[in-house]
Amino acid sequence: MLEFMEGSHAVAEIVKRCRPQVIAAYPITPQTHIVEDLAQMVANCEIDAEYITVESEFSALSACLGASAAGSRVYSATTSQGLALMFEVCFNATGMRQPIVMTIANRSLGAPLSIWNDQQDSISLRDSGWLQFYAEDNQEAADLHVIAYRVCEDHDILLPAFVCFDGFILTHTFEPVTLLTQEEVDAYLPAFTPYQRLDAANPLSMGMYATPEYYTEFRYEVDRAMQRAKQAFIKAGREFGELFGRDYSALVEGYRLDDADTALVAMGSICGTAKDAIDEMREHGRKVGLLKIRTYRPFPAQEIADALKGVSTVAVLDKNISLGNGGAVGTEVKSALYGSGAAVYDYIIALGGRDVRKRDIAAVVDLAEKGKGDLFYGLRTEVL
Amino acid sequence: MAEVEGGCELFSAGHRACGGCGPALAARLLLKATGKNAILVASTGCMEVFSTPYPETAWGVPWIHSLFENAAAVASGIEASLKRQGRSEKVLCVCGDGATFDIGVLCISGAFERGHDITYICYDNEAYMNTGIQRSGATPYGASTTTSPAGSCSPGNMHKKKDMPAILAAHGAPYVATASIAYPNDFMQKVERAINTPGPCYIQVHTPCCTGWGFESGETLAMAKLAIETGLWVNYEMVDGVVEKAKKVRRKPVEEYLAKQKRFRHLFKPARQDAVIANIQAVADANAERFGIDIKKKESSE
Repeated sequence: MLEFMEGSHAVAEIVKRCRPQVIAAYPITPQTHIVEDLAQMVANCEIDAEYITVESEFSALSACLGASAAGSRVYSATTSQGLALMFEVCFNATGMRQPIVMTIANRSLGAPLSIWNDQQDSISLRDSGWLQFYAEDNQEAADLHVIAYRVCEDHDILLPAFVCFDGFILTHTFEPVTLLTQEEVDAYLPAFTPYQRLDAANPLSMGMYATPEYYTEFRYEVDRAMQRAKQAFIKAGREFGELFGRDYSALVEGYRLDDADTALVAMGSICGTAKDAIDEMREHGRKVGLLKIRTYRPFPAQEIADALKGVSTVAVLDKNISLGNGGAVGTEVKSALYGSGAAVYDYIIALGGRDVRKRDIAAVVDLAEKGKGDLFYGLRTEVL
Repeated sequence: MAEVEGGCELFSAGHRACGGCGPALAARLLLKATGKNAILVASTGCMEVFSTPYPETAWGVPWIHSLFENAAAVASGIEASLKRQGRSEKVLCVCGDGATFDIGVLCISGAFERGHDITYICYDNEAYMNTGIQRSGATPYGASTTTSPAGSCSPGNMHKKKDMPAILAAHGAPYVATASIAYPNDFMQKVERAINTPGPCYIQVHTPCCTGWGFESGETLAMAKLAIETGLWVNYEMVDGVVEKAKKVRRKPVEEYLAKQKRFRHLFKPARQDAVIANIQAVADANAERFGIDIKKKESSE
């Protein structure tokens, strides 16, 4: 059933239908509507979950880790400074192979303080071993949560995941969304069966320390699982499509790429604006397309190279910056396209909530086609 | 006390603790009190490291270590999960004084305020021993550590030990107690009481560290006992914030305790530091006054 609802509410509703048993979260803008909605659902007994009102994001993820280790499906949501505060637990959850699903309402990081959107927060955790999925719209944001639980809890994977959707631009925006019903979610997502759990009947030790004889192998195993997650995601995304008509089997998704000379590469809600801009440019005979990255981790390097074969110019829209080395996505796309002959340019854009319009997308394409790139787009030099 | 099946200890031998380790003894006593139906949450620290070098473990009950400062938050999640599953295991944190007094306070405060049914055991050896004897908020005044070294213009640690039991009692904890490995039955009884008291309970157990404090490894229990006998450590229980059952002693001068430990050696050599020793005696006197632990001598007329 198509419903008109706020992005945060869509996410809270679908999370409810994923039946998490323990929720631990700490309020932070623009994530608040999600955790408020879930708290109300718990208060109304609409969801059979323990809701822990922790005193910090650090404790939110720590509590999720404990609950997951004890055998429960868990959920949290955060953004920006909250995710930064979770940094230590993020790496820990990965190493301990806890399949935690967490929504990231993407927001910039201070200083200066900014509550508005970019993707610096989750991208800064790119090396933490969390799967990272980026949603273009609220429909995708909701659906990706169900897929995330399915992939994370797969005993061949056992990794945590961020489901990222842009703060305010999606979290606070009303869009038509078709949510899976409870019966549909139940049919797709099996009940949580922990691979191991803390259990007095079968005592085991979790989180032991490893000497140099073992540490490397632990890291290797996590990386292997991350690699396997590609196929797990493809399979889960395909089955989702077969059951519900929306196919998410693509790690990257092309838009009007087939005959494109110039390709934009982007993640998240900016892809919607880019598609509209591309439609207009196409009307003027410009051969422009878009490659949307859905799974930033595992990084689909081969899929990107395959999708952009034959494209002469690539413009990456980076809503983040790895200070001192350009945008993080751009750097990795350049690496993926090494030797392809394509000219790849990176554009730092839409930081701290700066709006991006179709004309900005067109301007980026113009710059790329003139060979001008690896720059901050739309820099206000008058305030420097 | 829970029966140990087949004569086996739930905290097994073969761990990597120093000979004479106070915390290792506390761990063994702790599991004798809890029995098998417990889940332990450890902080990073000596006990975590010496008991679980992968792929070996000394723990015969489910045990989890996540980070240095988050044991209380991890335990909160475990408790919530068990509640949802209708399971009966008791959840205990077992953390050192650095993890408890300093870096973990936020998580502990949150867990106690929310009222999770957990028991938090702090094994207090009065400094960061795992990293090489640096001072913590539990280090007593006058102790020389590697980050509060005694020097020509310093008497060692300048700060008084933080009163964690009072802080947790102020959170509304129904049961708070201090204990010492010198009195094993008392410690085990307190653990039993704590795990059977609904809500968040706290036990701070004094666990001398021969390596960090500088005494012979055979003297651990004697040192723990002297701490009690001098009034520098008081064994007491607080029920709903009210002190009950403080252990009474015929107090000895604090010098008898201080002089046996390398961490206080600078108070006696090369020159005796009367003012600092007097300040430490004042700490013991204040403890005696606050907890009423002095056994009064009978008056001659009686």
